[in-house]
Amino acid sequence: MDVTHATLVEAAKSWGLFYLIGFSICVIIYTFWPANRELFDRAKKGILDKDDQPWT
Amino acid sequence: MGQLTTRERDLAAAILLVLAIVGIAMAAAGRFDPIGVHGAIVLLYSLGLLYLIMSSSFGPPPDPSRISRYYDDPIKVGVWFTLLWAIFGMFIGVWAAAQLAWPSLNFDTAWASFGRIRPAHTTGVIFGFGGNALITTSFHVVQRTSRARLADQLSPWFVLFGYNLFCIVAVTGYFMGVTQSKEYAEAEWYADLWLVIVWVTYFVLYIRTLARRREPHIYVANWYYLAFIVVVAILHIINNLTVPVSLGHAKSYTIWPGVQDSMVQWWYGHNAVAFFLTAGFLAMLYYYLPKRAERPIFSYRLSILSFWGITFFYMWAGSHHLHYTALPHWVQNLGMTFSVMLLVPSWASAGNALLTLNGAWHKVRDDATLRFIMMAAFFYGLSTFEGSFLAVRPVNSLSHYTDWTVGHVHAGALGWVALITYGSLYTLVPAIWKRERMYSAALVEVHFWLAFAGTVIYVFAMWNSGIIQGLMWRTYTGEGTLAYSFVDSLVAMYPYYIARAFGGLLFLIGAVVATYNIWMTVRGVPALAERHEDVPVAAHLADGAATGPAE
Repeated sequence: MDVTHATLVEAAKSWGLFYLIGFSICVIIYTFWPANRELFDRAKKGILDKDDQPWT
Repeated sequence: MGQLTTRERDLAAAILLVLAIVGIAMAAAGRFDPIGVHGAIVLLYSLGLLYLIMSSSFGPPPDPSRISRYYDDPIKVGVWFTLLWAIFGMFIGVWAAAQLAWPSLNFDTAWASFGRIRPAHTTGVIFGFGGNALITTSFHVVQRTSRARLADQLSPWFVLFGYNLFCIVAVTGYFMGVTQSKEYAEAEWYADLWLVIVWVTYFVLYIRTLARRREPHIYVANWYYLAFIVVVAILHIINNLTVPVSLGHAKSYTIWPGVQDSMVQWWYGHNAVAFFLTAGFLAMLYYYLPKRAERPIFSYRLSILSFWGITFFYMWAGSHHLHYTALPHWVQNLGMTFSVMLLVPSWASAGNALLTLNGAWHKVRDDATLRFIMMAAFFYGLSTFEGSFLAVRPVNSLSHYTDWTVGHVHAGALGWVALITYGSLYTLVPAIWKRERMYSAALVEVHFWLAFAGTVIYVFAMWNSGIIQGLMWRTYTGEGTLAYSFVDSLVAMYPYYIARAFGGLLFLIGAVVATYNIWMTVRGVPALAERHEDVPVAAHLADGAATGPAE
């Protein structure tokens, strides 16, 4: 198959679009997945810890 | 470097010897070419570091308890690199600005002509100042958020000194007329190859440190740092695929032909803004803002959504630099559309930052450091809005090739990048050197107002001159001829160029004040009494014995 300008245009205008839509759906699912809430809350508050030593 | 083990010193010496030999080879092969001068610089740089390694190699062995602490020595050196590059880069910037108003300031020399000092300015501030700030803060943030010490003690030094060698070779090359003529990628092939080695080491070090983390979740700041490291590597390699004339010759030719070269260059150029000047600095925002405000980020989930938005939208925006060119129209449309969409994740980040401060505005009023960070978030919102706007093709027809673009870049570089960096440094320095506070809060306040006033003067001057330029270039007479010559527009720029140089000068003075303040903090402010409730007494004593000069 020849990769021409038309091939690239087609890939960009169709598959590129679907890929980005699919990707954004995955990101939204990950972000709002209920089981992740606890992890995110912990990450959000954890950095304010005054402790300044590595954990072993 | 006092914590290096004998084995690490041997390895460092071996690396430096190899580098010194490479330097000699470059100097010999390129003796009739600027690459020979660079060979001499590489040789002197590696011998200087070798002397540092050797002269301390018979000191006492490192304290075994160091493993139970964070490795902050490279961060301390990185802070000085950052501050010195800021002064150098901004000084060259003020000089370049002054040349536009008073052209005789090039003193009729080749090395000080505008075309050579301009890349010295951009590389000095973006890579010298910005890059060192990113490496330095990333070493701090990744350790604290992972609760783990850096994966080893040698590669942080390799990354830091190797990166600065790249910056030195790049900047000295411009003064000699060495350039690839690619915006933000002016350094020639041998410097580029060296940067690839340094950058891959940086990536491996970062991943290894993350792999040692004690926290189950990787904090969002690390995502941004990692995006910065990975994408800059990809951009740098693809845009710098060149064939050198010979191994003893600085000049190289790119493998990309014609319009592809323009596209690759601006895909690189815009993503350099996105991943060098945005992603990494957003990482600073997401760590140092909550730390300084002592409040968690407004919405962690929003930070994740905007991370993926920024990462995946920015990749496609580069073609907006090539409106009305030979680039296919649909590619221009693609770049324009993605640039407009970028406003969503950009404002999500800026809004997230400002909403974090809700309930802490009294701290913003009292604490100039937090005000630096707040104002950076504000300018981030402002310049991303302006960027989306300028990317729209009809707007671009007015703004392109004018000073409006320069004003936009500096709203981002001064207002966002530099302000967030200084806000982060004022938070980082007392923490790393274990000082209770900065030497002088008043000087931080002075720096804030110098930086803020300088940015506003600069940006307003460029807005005015840019729009006047754009309008003069497109004004026609009743007979259908251009109303103004190019020189007419140049004469109209004169007052704005003076104002711009003055704004830059204020910003430069602020950078000098910051350096003095940080120097005095390290020298003079008493150390914080360390809290060690959860450490055995023996470890506490060993700690006290190890407290000496930082390096």
